[in-house]
Amino acid sequence: VTDGVLIVGASQAGVQLATSLRDLGYQEPISLVGAEPRPPYQRPPLSKALLLGRVDEASLVFRASSFYADRGIEVVCGERVREIALPGGGAVGGGVATTESGRSFSFAHLALTVGARPRRLAVPGADLDGVCYVRDVDDALRLRRALGQARDVVVIGGGYIGLEAASAARSLGRSVTVVEAAERLLARSVVPIVSDFYRAAHERRGVDVRLGVGVTGLTERGGRVAAVVLSDGTELPADLVLVGIGAAPRTELAEALGLGCDGGIVVDRSARTSDPKVVAAGDCTVGPHPVTGEGRVRLESVQNAVVQAKVAAAALAGRPAPGPEVPWFWSDQYDLKLQIAGLSAGYDDHVVRGDPDTERFSVLYYREGALLAVDAVNNAADYLAVRKALATGVAIPAAEARDAGRPLKSFLVPAARSA
Amino acid sequence: MVRRLVAIWAAACRPFEFLRERLVPKVVFVSADGTETVVDSAPGVSLMLVATQNGVEGIVAECGGNCSCATCHVWVREEFLPLLGGPEDMEEDLLDLGVSERRPGSRLSCQITLTDDLDGLAVDIPPEQP
Repeated sequence: VTDGVLIVGASQAGVQLATSLRDLGYQEPISLVGAEPRPPYQRPPLSKALLLGRVDEASLVFRASSFYADRGIEVVCGERVREIALPGGGAVGGGVATTESGRSFSFAHLALTVGARPRRLAVPGADLDGVCYVRDVDDALRLRRALGQARDVVVIGGGYIGLEAASAARSLGRSVTVVEAAERLLARSVVPIVSDFYRAAHERRGVDVRLGVGVTGLTERGGRVAAVVLSDGTELPADLVLVGIGAAPRTELAEALGLGCDGGIVVDRSARTSDPKVVAAGDCTVGPHPVTGEGRVRLESVQNAVVQAKVAAAALAGRPAPGPEVPWFWSDQYDLKLQIAGLSAGYDDHVVRGDPDTERFSVLYYREGALLAVDAVNNAADYLAVRKALATGVAIPAAEARDAGRPLKSFLVPAARSA
Repeated sequence: MVRRLVAIWAAACRPFEFLRERLVPKVVFVSADGTETVVDSAPGVSLMLVATQNGVEGIVAECGGNCSCATCHVWVREEFLPLLGGPEDMEEDLLDLGVSERRPGSRLSCQITLTDDLDGLAVDIPPEQP
């Protein structure tokens, strides 16, 4: 068979792309090939509820196998695609992908939804036993087992993965230290006030947070990690080290195909790569800013994976792309739910509603007076109001948003004020 | 010998398969056009999860059950409401602003944990999820 779509990467984006193609009436064969030996599953709980034992592995699975079978979607697990030849590249007929075990898949169109891999710590001792990462379910289950026995946990990296894992470790009663090279936590995504809030929230719960300090090495005892050595000379005792220092897009297949890559597989607004026969979606891509359409941004979120996959499916099915969506994101730490709507990068003003010390507040971001985004902690009402305002183009002027006593919802439904 | 006995036992039980089918708790999803989808309940997991894993149309559940997206909204049939208890604050806020049409039976299915008592639970699926 030389027809149909081959989707490489049985990820959130991969599953969505396959499902959306069928929803759009696409009739040709669809194969979804994933490297992991298990059916496609959701990743966000890996650093949250799964570590705490609140959910099990089975509940992460997106769909029962009958779902795929009923829709004529062939799901192949445990096969890593190693080599791809595109259609028309001198070969007769369609393209062919070959896996490490030697299986081959032919296709007319290719979708890359290959995700990202965790950045590895590059210091002496980084490969000792007791050093963990969280990317796939095996990593998370290994970490969960290790957390059951650990005493001193050191988390390297104060981003979302690191802080969520720190929260799980602390909730399980472990001694926890977070080490972050930047001067504040979550520095890439939130304003200093939110960074400071998370630092205080972790410290209140007994976490030792070290900022502005690097890691120079790990020491060992009997082949296992024993301590983390910091750039200021401090040695932090550790029998478990969790590294959360970001993820690098898996671009090697795209690069081998000669597709444009620039810190991710470059896609346009239709999720097409530099070769129109190939689309890409999810964490492996960089694409135009979803709101302004300008520049190149890499968004690592479920929402981006889903929306890009829908756009990619429309492109392959020859259908109009769905309209833009407001980006959103969430992070669970302890009893704190952070919900973000919009993208705050480039803001020139912000408004804080409520007192961060109460652990319920929100921050609205503006650029030239226009609302860009919200970070809301335990405040779903503000999160949703901003998300809705951004989706419908309703203005929430900064001067009026400062009045925390006024529900943001009142901007959406003007009549509600007089009622 | 044992194998033979097992085979006889299995054959003898076959006419009663329908009983087993009736004993497994079920939940019923009714779509906007009236189509009913009956799926096996799974006590301990969420109503959303049995819907998504079984491919019930109209339950999007984009955030995977984290009470963040409000795309697993259902209208619970009135007779089951007393068994469920009300939504907590976070869900309340999402229902308040995040769903297309809030009704008295509105719930986010990710926040409903299935139990044996909820056998036969029937919910209507709104025509749109935001």
